[in-house]
Amino acid sequence: MEKIVLPDIPNLHDIDAYLSNGGFKAYKKAVTQSPDDIIDQVKKSGLRGRGGAAFSAGLKWSFMPKGNDKPKYLCVNGDESEPGSFKDRQIFEYNPFQLIEGILITCYAIGAKTAYIYIRGEYHKWVNLMQKAVDTAYARGFAGEKMKETFGGEFFCDIFIHKGAGAYICGEESSLMNSIEGKRPYPRVKPPFPAQNGLWGNPTTINNVETITNVPAIINKGWEWFAAIGEPKHPGTILFGVSGHVNKPGVYELPSGTLLTDIIYKYAGGVPGDKKIKCVIPGGSSMPPLRGDQLEGVKMDAESLRAAGSAIGTGGIMVMDEDTDLVKVLARITKFYYHESCGQCTPCREGTGWMLKLLNRILRGEGSTKDVELLISVANNIEGNTVCALGEAAAWPVKFMVTRFRDEFEARVKSGISIDVRNKVHSMRKTVNPIAPLTLN
Amino acid sequence: MEFKFTEENIQKVEAVLKKYPEKKAAVMPVLYLAQDQNGYISGEVMKEVAFLCEMPEADVLGVVTFYTMYHKKPMGKYHIQVCTNVSCMLRGAYDIYGKVKDKLGIDNGGVTPDHQFSLEEVECMGSCGTAPMIAVNEDYFENLDVPSTLKILESLK
Ligand SMILES: Cc1cc2nc3c(=O)[nH]c(=O)nc-3n(C[C@H](O)[C@H](O)[C@H](O)COP(=O)(O)O)c2cc1C
Ligand code: SF4
Ligand code: FES
Repeated sequence: MEKIVLPDIPNLHDIDAYLSNGGFKAYKKAVTQSPDDIIDQVKKSGLRGRGGAAFSAGLKWSFMPKGNDKPKYLCVNGDESEPGSFKDRQIFEYNPFQLIEGILITCYAIGAKTAYIYIRGEYHKWVNLMQKAVDTAYARGFAGEKMKETFGGEFFCDIFIHKGAGAYICGEESSLMNSIEGKRPYPRVKPPFPAQNGLWGNPTTINNVETITNVPAIINKGWEWFAAIGEPKHPGTILFGVSGHVNKPGVYELPSGTLLTDIIYKYAGGVPGDKKIKCVIPGGSSMPPLRGDQLEGVKMDAESLRAAGSAIGTGGIMVMDEDTDLVKVLARITKFYYHESCGQCTPCREGTGWMLKLLNRILRGEGSTKDVELLISVANNIEGNTVCALGEAAAWPVKFMVTRFRDEFEARVKSGISIDVRNKVHSMRKTVNPIAPLTLN
Repeated sequence: MEFKFTEENIQKVEAVLKKYPEKKAAVMPVLYLAQDQNGYISGEVMKEVAFLCEMPEADVLGVVTFYTMYHKKPMGKYHIQVCTNVSCMLRGAYDIYGKVKDKLGIDNGGVTPDHQFSLEEVECMGSCGTAPMIAVNEDYFENLDVPSTLKILESLK
């Protein structure tokens, strides 16, 4: 199977190797056509976003207004902070120029003169590698004003790297824009959408690193070629990051629709000690976990995973063997969302904290059956009631982990509630301290 | 103590300001430069950054406090970050974290009295495929276990 995003070509991070393998041919081809033609081809190719929501890239680009009365922007999302995701860093390291070429084509298609690549702050090494690639592109005339000399024509665009500073929420597109603008990066209420009101109030498109890196291949080989790879409704290859209890964790570029069990057993080498699988999270920690006995026949693309009761997310596959303590896993996941909630909406800010308290209580062996219900109830009250999708990201793992592994949670709690009441006076009157002695945990 | 950028860093600030249509947008890179020079973000640093980026000091504070990577107090010469998120946890990260705590004698957020080490339990660092991992300042160390982690700590002088 041919690889599109991370081909097996040595030294592709070197611009000369990239050029001798057809580098920047796609951009040359693109500028002989109109921007609308490019958008149309990307639309027909079926390319869908690789950052989580699997939205059609071409369709998103088509929302950008025409005309040049306002500056337009492209943001390339390399925040990559979803637990279980570690694919974009491979692109920064091994194929940075294809990303840059993808940026040029995208900027041309949507009429943007400036692109910001947002890279998470912890990725110092990859920020430096990408900066080196961008500097080389400038020096060799593949970015900035020198593009006019290199390619002829009037179009050129600037590429800047913006380094994050340790906040998962900045991967959310409107938070990302506020972060670039130098504001406290709270997500924005939508609508208005970025294509109308993005960076500094101007039309903006946000795409994931992997999404953009696919673009040159689509232009080079044609949308029909791309559309024929993998599952027709979600075509192309996907970078699957496999982690947890597998013998060969890592990033595997495979056609969409590859069987989840094939990825785990054929590519990632199966489970150490040939243990059974208890649980798999197929798309990064926000996505609904699947039971080990639900994996047979599940294909890795957006539609198939939805039918199986989960979602493709970032393609980060986390495998847990039969000895895994799922209460602990869920408590750890919830701790993450509690830590990363920006605090703007009450259901998310408070709800994540309550879910964490409940899970910790169950972990300590002090939980009751009511706590299991309460977890689901809190999750349901977060979902759909928040400004951004971090609310769902926090609620889904709880809701689905608890319902799909109910036996495991119930085995850990006592039936009935026992609350020590030191003060037997239940009247609120005439007691000095009626509430405090109720030791809930 | 008043904070001023060195001549060399002032030039870097100038270069960074050119990347954005508004000065305020440079606040994050300028804060990074300040942290590199000063070791951490003090009130004086924020004052200077606010002046350079033409924004209220309170807004700089709002940015600094939002992110985990701007340090509000002096950290150790070696800032040890241990990821304990799920993929690392499944491969033994909590054993590593516990041993590192014991070895350094500090808890999450702590700094050793000699200011050699500081410790932070961090969220997923994007090394899940090479888990477990720690980071020392800006460098990642991956595919670790307890002995190899302790060896790394011992090599830091
Ligand atoms: C809390 C949260 C975190 C996100 N983190 C990322 C991220 O790290 N990288 C990313 O590409 N998209 C992330 N997204 C999705 C982006 O908002 C956006 O949908 C995506 O970058 C669009 O690109 P795509 O259409 O190419 O996938 C996140 C969304 C949410 C709600
Ligand atoms: S859902 Fe959570 S992270 Fe998103 S805006 Fe609301 S509080 Fe912030
Ligand atoms: S969970 Fe530790 S690096 Fe991802």
